[in-house]
Amino acid sequence: MTATTMNRVRSEVREDYLEDVVRASMALTMFWGIAAFTVGVYIAFQLAFPALNLGLEWTTFGRLRPLHTSAAIFAFGGTALIGSSFHVVQRTCRAQLFGGEPVAWFILLGYQFFIVVAATGYLLGITQGREYAEPEWYADLWLTLVWVVYLVAFVGTLVKRQEPHIYVANWFYLSFILTIAMLHVVNNLAMPVSFVGTKSYSAFAGVQDALTQWWYGHNAVGFFLTAGFLGMMYYFIPKAANRPVYSYRLSIVHFWSLIFLYIWAGPHHLHYTALPEWAQMLGMAFSVMLWMPSWGGMINGLMTLSGAWDKLRTDPGLRFSVTAVAFYGMSTFEGPVMSIRPVNALSHYTDWTIGHVHSGALGWVAFIVFGMMYHLVPVLWGRKDLYSKTLAEVHFWISTIGIVLYITAMWVSGIMQGLMWRAYDELGFLQYSFVETVQAMHPFYLIRAMGGVLFLIGGLVMAYNLWRTARGDVARTAAA
Amino acid sequence: MPTKVEKDAVTGTETTGHEWDGIKELNTPLPTWWVYVLYASIAWSIGLFIVYPSFPGITGYFSGVVGYSAREELADKMRVAENIKAPFLDRIRATSLDEIRATPDLLGYAVAGGRVAFAENCAGCHQAGGAGAKGYPSLADDDWLWGGKLSDIEKTIRTGIRGTHPDTRTSLMPRFGTDGILDRRQIDDVAEFVLSLTTRPADPAAVERGRAVFVENCASCHGERGTGLREFGAPSLADKVWVFGGDKPSIVRSIAEGRGGVMPAWNDRLDPAVIKMLTLYVHTLGGGE
Repeated sequence: MTATTMNRVRSEVREDYLEDVVRASMALTMFWGIAAFTVGVYIAFQLAFPALNLGLEWTTFGRLRPLHTSAAIFAFGGTALIGSSFHVVQRTCRAQLFGGEPVAWFILLGYQFFIVVAATGYLLGITQGREYAEPEWYADLWLTLVWVVYLVAFVGTLVKRQEPHIYVANWFYLSFILTIAMLHVVNNLAMPVSFVGTKSYSAFAGVQDALTQWWYGHNAVGFFLTAGFLGMMYYFIPKAANRPVYSYRLSIVHFWSLIFLYIWAGPHHLHYTALPEWAQMLGMAFSVMLWMPSWGGMINGLMTLSGAWDKLRTDPGLRFSVTAVAFYGMSTFEGPVMSIRPVNALSHYTDWTIGHVHSGALGWVAFIVFGMMYHLVPVLWGRKDLYSKTLAEVHFWISTIGIVLYITAMWVSGIMQGLMWRAYDELGFLQYSFVETVQAMHPFYLIRAMGGVLFLIGGLVMAYNLWRTARGDVARTAAA
Repeated sequence: MPTKVEKDAVTGTETTGHEWDGIKELNTPLPTWWVYVLYASIAWSIGLFIVYPSFPGITGYFSGVVGYSAREELADKMRVAENIKAPFLDRIRATSLDEIRATPDLLGYAVAGGRVAFAENCAGCHQAGGAGAKGYPSLADDDWLWGGKLSDIEKTIRTGIRGTHPDTRTSLMPRFGTDGILDRRQIDDVAEFVLSLTTRPADPAAVERGRAVFVENCASCHGERGTGLREFGAPSLADKVWVFGGDKPSIVRSIAEGRGGVMPAWNDRLDPAVIKMLTLYVHTLGGGE
């Protein structure tokens, strides 16, 4: 085949790509992002000022917290993953998504329906009480159906690809889809009390239940928040930098070592509990071994920029992606450190954990999504460039400062809290009461909430910028 | 489809020859330091598995070569802490409150322990340092409802107030308005009288009318001059210390609806030595008698 015929084939195929559904996913991702940041800011202020619970059952911290975490992880992150995976798998396989329009829309909208059902349930107090797996059995069943269709569509597209090899981004996306299916089904095995009621009881009990939950919880971090977004990174960083991926071998080795090691690390969430000690030790060791496999992705992401570092000055989207990879590197180092038992004895149950989660969620997940969207929205709507690069830069700095405020406040607050809990005086008495630790944390709760406010403002600036970009507007700059 | 290996101009490394949507890959070898750190972390883990409990068996588990157990570690630490405390706690149990007060090292220990016990058990209502809040008397002044001697404080902690303990301290401030004992006018008058005990009267006529009502209805508990009576835990109304607020609306409400704070009995919840330490701590807060 000559170059010209190949190009013609490519452009013919390209007209087949499903893009409406990806465009819709961009808008939905933005919506859920703003929703998640808003609820996050609100509950951050609730922690500083409990009166903001308003004395209403629907607005208590206990119900709004899962609303926030699900909105951030599943609604914002999940919709971004589904949308970007549709885009990436079609382009890198040179094939239309398997099943075509109806299947693609069913996956996207079916997933949105799951989110709405789950979220309204939280507010009404319907929950399984399993962290990050709060939705009850009927919502779980629906998600299972949607997810299996997603898996079929994704694998079907890989099967009918027009490229000889499967691109690394698709390995990561596939491991995300496949593993989440397994985790979701096993952790949610439950018996409904009645088929017309919302309540169900888990198939597991006691410490087995706890271990199943944290096998799920930790691998939701591993395969949803890590592997899925690494898939995103492996397409959008080389694409935006217009450089080849740094090392093919590293991508193979770190992919397989990451997915092999991650699945065993869950017990580190249950240090010093009823979980047998040997299981705690195994969980800790696998977490430490996970350090380099995680960093493989960071090395590949950062080193792909060699020869293109100057683009960070001119491409705000790429700047988000690269900063995301830096935060990813930081939190995948922090994670193994926190899994070491004596460190965990200090950090567990404190704000340090919250800070760790948010350096991952804000710094890595949200920033890699922002980078993806700043690149993809102009592409999808056929615009030359963003409406305003200046606004994107404002977003970058305001959000970065917000993250730094957030995580440093939680480091200080968490370590202080842990030290105060364990402080003894020379007579053998505890030095601080619980309420004294709460009082001591108050200033840091305020700093954290302010960090959240900055992050939310950044999100609103982004939404405005992308909306104007999609409309085809171009901001007048001083130079022009 | 044929693939074409190229040399990347920037790095001088060859590509793998694959291409997807314009994305190529370099054939860069694994970074050496990355491989070494990965091996080191694996070696460290194997060492950990040998030293500590690590692998399950059919009936038990491999307990590691040093025989470590977190339960035993905790039990050891708790034993050490108990051993430090035990001699002091034994002496406190065996010594009367007055004698402890006269023994400097015991008193120092008791106050330190009482401070911690107070923060964990009492500060939720009486606030840090016994500062008090509306409805919860301050323990840091010399205005005592039920008495401020060591024995008074100890009994209050042990049996509670208006609680379930058979010897609990108890009394009842009637609901003069709710139960129709006094009409609204009378309540207003008596509130003016109570206010006049500590401030310049706003309405001398009402104060005089209120005085008569007070003598008939209130003086039996609060005393003729409103100075209170500890036997009934009736607070003095002739000072500026108010448990439920000293502004006129609060006083009217106290008269109309009655008041009666509840404090649980701690005899079943706390060790006698801890109750003694609490007693001595509260006694030192400022108003001990």
